[in-house]
Amino acid sequence: MTDRPHLAVIGAGPAGLAATLAAAARGLRVTLVDSAAEAGGQFYRQPAAELRARRPQALHHQWRVWERLRDDLRAHLRAGTVRHLTDHHVWLVERRPTDFVVHALLGPEQEDPATVRADAVLLATGGYEQVLPFPGWTLPGVVTAGGAQAMLKGTLVVPGRTAVVAGTGPLLLPVATGLAAAGVEVAALVESAGARAFARHLRPLVSQPGKLAEGALYAAQLARRRVRPLFRHTVVEAHGTERVEAVTVAALDAAGRVRPGTRRRIACDSLAVSHGMLAHTDLAESLGCRLDGHVVHVDDEQRTDVPRVWAAGEATGIGGSALALIEGRIAGSSAAARLTGTEPDRAEWDTSLKSRRRLREFAAALDAVYRPPAHWSEQVTDETLVCRCEEVTAGAVRAAVDDLGAGDPRTVKLLTRAGMGWCQGRICGPAVAGLAGCRPTPSRRPFARPVPLGVLAQEPDHPTEEGPS
Amino acid sequence: MSSPLDLADARPGPAFTVTLDDREIEALPGQTVAAALWAAGVTSWRTTRGAGRPRGVFCGIGVCFDCLVTVNDRPNQRACLVPLAPGDVIRTQEGTGHDD
Repeated sequence: MTDRPHLAVIGAGPAGLAATLAAAARGLRVTLVDSAAEAGGQFYRQPAAELRARRPQALHHQWRVWERLRDDLRAHLRAGTVRHLTDHHVWLVERRPTDFVVHALLGPEQEDPATVRADAVLLATGGYEQVLPFPGWTLPGVVTAGGAQAMLKGTLVVPGRTAVVAGTGPLLLPVATGLAAAGVEVAALVESAGARAFARHLRPLVSQPGKLAEGALYAAQLARRRVRPLFRHTVVEAHGTERVEAVTVAALDAAGRVRPGTRRRIACDSLAVSHGMLAHTDLAESLGCRLDGHVVHVDDEQRTDVPRVWAAGEATGIGGSALALIEGRIAGSSAAARLTGTEPDRAEWDTSLKSRRRLREFAAALDAVYRPPAHWSEQVTDETLVCRCEEVTAGAVRAAVDDLGAGDPRTVKLLTRAGMGWCQGRICGPAVAGLAGCRPTPSRRPFARPVPLGVLAQEPDHPTEEGPS
Repeated sequence: MSSPLDLADARPGPAFTVTLDDREIEALPGQTVAAALWAAGVTSWRTTRGAGRPRGVFCGIGVCFDCLVTVNDRPNQRACLVPLAPGDVIRTQEGTGHDD
């Protein structure tokens, strides 16, 4: 035991790893708490160790960056300056007068509790994918693009033999490329954004030549496999009875409406679909952190407006791994300085601050380019399920608005049960808001994941684990 | 024709057997329930509580709860998270997976 301040970092993706290393290098004791068996997050998700992959880098980009993060983490673990708690699913961070308690559930079954006491917390909780509904999107074989990638990276399996990759966003390219490299025939890459949108945001886009080169590399790899992206196209329906058998795609006009007479059917046994990313903000919300729209508000040092709570990476705005690494570094350095009562050395961060600004501008440009088609909801039939868990149809959501006068997502939820199921609206939230014609609102979930009643009923002063020495 | 295992040059230990509704399927060490089922060509293993529609993996990272399955008599396990051990008994899940 020492009197050095103890920081709990939640999430071992790029942001959490960078923050952990920065904070530990500057003298904090750090406990890195993560749900996976190995560090890396979704971006650097590693194949299960038992699969003994000799060439995991074949599934990844920026592998050298990962190796450096991994090696630095190992050095800190050996030195005892960092403790890494794997298979810990955090469901609540409790703020007490002088410290914080991180509450987690252990292992894949998530029934046994564990707690960590810390002087401060750093939220690097990442994000997950948004998929807007369309007829057939609940069929087995329809998966999120990131889900297909996570299954490939983590367990070396693919969803089928012939895939369509569709939706919008920079993620579609690496997902299509990865599936193709793993032996899947990619029958089509369907992207709703078009060249005009890129042209409108050229300046911030060309300011990141490395990112553009990465995109070009994916495009070249796809071209070699004769996969030609269909721009300004969208999937309007997935067909099948027990699983997806085909999809219908159509061209979009300049306003984002399906152009009549352009529908065509493409046979496939899997559809990987994504309409962008959403930030995981549950822990921040329950701590009372201010949100900006749907992401955690942070200042220049990545501090939230709650004392001794920092946030970095996708939780503070979707921006990719390079931005997450920089934000993590800044946050970890700030935490180290502030918790030891010193002013952070901004000169030391100068390059990071500049890169962060440019990468945020780049992310904002991408966000503007990769918008779901403006009239996506016109393709959603009344019979289409919107809330997958509670099996609530678009018709029911529309009736709640048109016939019952619901004017916000919360009222729609109370009238239809959309968002009351297992996932607590994480999947259907944006769709319900879009169909109801209102802005999505933060959901204010008290817990970040389901918690067994037995855990909640336990006495509150159960012993807590201390940090590394 | 390449496979994901070839791509990553994976050399897992010997495959073992688990059952899905009494049918034997092979799993590799390190695979989750969802991975072994996908590898066996199975994409749905649950029917919904209301309309009885088939479901399998959707988000792949534990967020959506679409891939719920019964493993060793425990219902509502997320197939994308739960690793398999030799002899595990997987059952497709109807509704909530309870006997009511």
